[in-house]
Amino acid sequence: MSFNLTPVLTAQWGLDQSWTLGAYERADGYQALRQALDMEPDALIQLVKDSGLRGRGGAGFPTGMKWGFIPQGDGKPHYLVVNADESEPGTCKDIPMMMASPHTLIEGVIIAAYAIRANHAFIYVRGEVLHVIRRLLNAVAEARAAGYVGRNILGKSFDLELTVHIGAGAYICGEETALLESLEGFRGQPRLRPPFPAVEGLYACPTVINNVETISSVPAIVRGGAQWFRSMGTEKSPGFKIFSLSGHVARPGQYEAPLGITLRELLDATGGMREGHELKFWTPGGSSTPLFTAEHLDVPLDFEGPPQHGSMLGTTALQLFDETTCVVRAVKRWSEFYAHESCGKCTPCREGTFWYVQIYERLENGTATEEDIETLLDLSDNILGRAFCALGDGATSPVTSSIQFFRDEYVAHFEQGGCPFDPVASTVFAGASA
Amino acid sequence: MPQQPMSSDALPMVTLDPRLGPAAVASDPLSDDARQRVRELGAHVIARYPRSRSALMPLLYLVQAEQGYVSPDGIKLVAEMLNLTTAEVSAVSTFYTMYKRRPCGDYAVGVCTNTLCAILGGDAIFESLKEHLGVGNNGTTPDGKVTLEHIECNAACDYAPVVMVNWEFFDNQTVESAKELVDRLRAGDPPAPTRGAPLRTHMETSKVLAGFADGAVNAGPSAGPASLTGLELARERNESAPAMRQEDGR
Ligand SMILES: Cc1cc2nc3c(=O)[nH]c(=O)nc-3n(C[C@H](O)[C@H](O)[C@H](O)COP(=O)(O)O)c2cc1C
Ligand code: SF4
Ligand code: FES
Repeated sequence: MSFNLTPVLTAQWGLDQSWTLGAYERADGYQALRQALDMEPDALIQLVKDSGLRGRGGAGFPTGMKWGFIPQGDGKPHYLVVNADESEPGTCKDIPMMMASPHTLIEGVIIAAYAIRANHAFIYVRGEVLHVIRRLLNAVAEARAAGYVGRNILGKSFDLELTVHIGAGAYICGEETALLESLEGFRGQPRLRPPFPAVEGLYACPTVINNVETISSVPAIVRGGAQWFRSMGTEKSPGFKIFSLSGHVARPGQYEAPLGITLRELLDATGGMREGHELKFWTPGGSSTPLFTAEHLDVPLDFEGPPQHGSMLGTTALQLFDETTCVVRAVKRWSEFYAHESCGKCTPCREGTFWYVQIYERLENGTATEEDIETLLDLSDNILGRAFCALGDGATSPVTSSIQFFRDEYVAHFEQGGCPFDPVASTVFAGASA
Repeated sequence: MPQQPMSSDALPMVTLDPRLGPAAVASDPLSDDARQRVRELGAHVIARYPRSRSALMPLLYLVQAEQGYVSPDGIKLVAEMLNLTTAEVSAVSTFYTMYKRRPCGDYAVGVCTNTLCAILGGDAIFESLKEHLGVGNNGTTPDGKVTLEHIECNAACDYAPVVMVNWEFFDNQTVESAKELVDRLRAGDPPAPTRGAPLRTHMETSKVLAGFADGAVNAGPSAGPASLTGLELARERNESAPAMRQEDGR
């Protein structure tokens, strides 16, 4: 095995009552906050820049640079908004993080807010996770009671309000500007950029938006330092990352490892695919990242690796499907998801995803033709790069990549007048009496 | 609470926009007591934000906590509280799928049918529950106990196939376990979620979604087994992150 697992964020998930302030403090929780508040805010921003931390929400933007964009001394309030909307299909790391260790996130929030001189921070959490919301609300209340949130934090002249804002079921609200609209009490539809949120974000004030895992990484960076963080991962993609393994695998779950590991290494370490089956296709980082196949097992999973092979690291949501899976069925379902979640603001995405679904229905019932495959590719051309936000681009990923790798399987659907696969064979209870 | 049998096709639907689905189809008035509670709790909600309009989403949850759905009367109340028009409020409430437009059963059962869960068994589970309960998508059983819907990826793919009940996790479901789950919900004997607190009714959960803690935070585990696999493997392989030294780099 050429990589080491590096549990940092996940290290305390198994502790008794891990979600409580007591358990967190016994494991050195809120030590980083003490250290951070003894530093100058700009020194903290520099530390995060030096660490090379890149956003874990999908795009990998350098976090320290993002913080550095916030104008200082501008007299306007600044805001920190944590993106806890986790809804990209396949992504399942932030939710267990906040369920097991909400204080890690909150400690990161306080440090980040101090660094960018924000006195009000928000955690925008998706609504469909009731118990995670309880754990967050409770952790904020505990942090407030302990003096970590509120006025004069740890006796310093730093005040912070922290509000948990609960979403109501809309994938698009994970897109940062749609999230801001939603947080301001509007429909969640993306905003035109520029202006960027760093200049005009929440309430038209300078705003940093970061993913849960990004912010949760900050306390460890403060304690361990930039060099320690850089001792894991690669030069351009330093640090640890939670890889979420799901699908037809022997041991699905969350694996925290350095950026740059490969799926082959991860599978070797975790017992591979479910017994008797082989890998057919996978997403490196959620359904919006173009599909990979067994050819791509050795692509380094860092921000540079997948783009060299036509995909993206995304959220490191590794969804694996074996040979029993119909790729047309898989992509049809994702297309239905994008059509359902399209906010309707721009035509390429709204209409394009609608037509995707119509064509996939024909493919599934065996009435499609060769021309339909071309139409799928044409539609994709018209969406990619022309949509108002990245949801539209993401919708094209599974479509074009699946046609690239599995065109024969599309053809088989109309040659055989329907789907050649047995859906029972791909269930986890196949073989058991269903 | 629903008084009579309902199913997705038994009620008249007013469709404004095909993507938005049916508009508000039920319209019970809010009682004076309910109105008072929304106003009182709502004042706390509004105080959480620098600008009052940000309180719109939690206020809609407060209305849902009173009626089980967001009624036109509820929309009017929220509009009054925030100094908005009813059109502005209703444009928001119809955008988000978690605001119901008609009464929901005590238990909203959501079967994840996004690709990964669907293929691993979610489709089979959803089909069998429709048949078992005799309702369609968004249909409610005649006893008013269960509303069935299919849902999108709920960030639990490592526990696929996943079923949510009132937004609590029921992980690693099978066709049989899901049928037993809904039978027990209907029999008044709700099983405990895999990761979460003993089930409350759908209306009760809406109050938590408005940001009001219900005291159930300490129920359930810190993490389910799949969340801990990486840690376990690290332990088996005797691996860890490098030790932290006191830093030089700043
Ligand atoms: C449709 C769509 C959905 C998104 N969903 C999420 C999400 O659920 N969580 C998240 O952190 N970022 C999501 N993003 C990315 C955010 O727009 C943003 O880049 C990210 O929150 C920035 O945080 P980071 O720099 O820490 O990665 C989404 C983007 C798009 C286009
Ligand atoms: S790409 Fe889709 S989600 Fe994004 S703005 Fe356009 S319609 Fe809305
Ligand atoms: S696909 Fe069902 S939880 Fe992710």
